[in-house]
Amino acid sequence: MGQTEDPPPSALVPCEGFAEQIETTLNGESRTVTIANPQGLHARPVMQFVDLAGQFQSRILVRKGNFAVDGKNPMEMMLLEASQGTELTLEANGPDATQAIEALAQLIENGFGER
Amino acid sequence: MKLSDFILTDAVIPELKATDRNGVIREMVSSLGTSIGLDEKDIAAISKSVIARENQGSTGFGKGVSVPHVKHPSIKKIVATIGRSSAGLDFAALDRAPVYIVVLLLSPPDNPDQHLASMENIFRHLQRDNFRRFLRQASSKDEIIELIKEADELPEG
Repeated sequence: MGQTEDPPPSALVPCEGFAEQIETTLNGESRTVTIANPQGLHARPVMQFVDLAGQFQSRILVRKGNFAVDGKNPMEMMLLEASQGTELTLEANGPDATQAIEALAQLIENGFGER
Repeated sequence: MKLSDFILTDAVIPELKATDRNGVIREMVSSLGTSIGLDEKDIAAISKSVIARENQGSTGFGKGVSVPHVKHPSIKKIVATIGRSSAGLDFAALDRAPVYIVVLLLSPPDNPDQHLASMENIFRHLQRDNFRRFLRQASSKDEIIELIKEADELPEG
C-alpha cells in the first residue's frame, strides 16, 4: 500500500465511498436503542462497542436512519455521529446473534459506564 | 462543517521531529497551543491529558492514522491539526501497524455534539484511501493545506 503509483493530489477521485459497500440490512435480529450517555458515541465508547462486537461471530450492523456501518469497524462507527438521545438500530446475523444484540444493547443503554 | 473550520493549518507539522508517541503528542499540542495563544502551563497540562487519554485506549484506529484528543477547559472552540511522520510511529494501534498521520483534536468540555461532528468529519475523510495516501506522501505544509482544501470541496456523503 502506498508504494505503487503516486498520482498528484489533483488526481483526487471524489466519492470513493465506503457507504455503498455496506449492506443496509443483514436480515438478522435487530433492536433499536437510544444513546444514553451525555458525551454520546465518542471514541472510547466506540472502542468498547467494537471490542464487544468482536467477541461474537455474528456480523453486526449499526444503523442510524438509512445510514449503516459495520459494528466491528471503529472508523465506520465514528461516522454515526451519535449524540445523546440518538436512536441506533443494532442488527446481528450469525450463530450468536441473540447474545450479541443483548450484550451490545445493554452496553449502550448503560451509557458505556459513563454518566 | 468543513475540515478547514477547525483544522489550524498554521499548526500543521509536515515532518514530526519526535519519533515516539508521547513526544509527538507534546510536539503537536505545543504547535497547536501556541497558534491559539495558550501559555506553557496549559500546553503542558493538555499534553499530559492527551497522553493519559491515549493510555486509556489507543486512538490508533488502524490504517496508519491516529486521532489523539482531549476535552480541556482552556479550549474555547474546537481546534485540530495534522502531523505527519514518514518513519511511522508506534501508537499501539488496533491493527498493530505504524501510524503515519496524526490528527490532534482539542475540544471544549461542554460541547460533546460538536466534538462528535468533528470526529465524524475527520474519519469521513480518513476513510478514503486516497486522502490517507496523499497525506502520507505530502512533504510540505502547503501540500497538506492543499489536500485539506480539496477534501472540503468533495461532495458530502
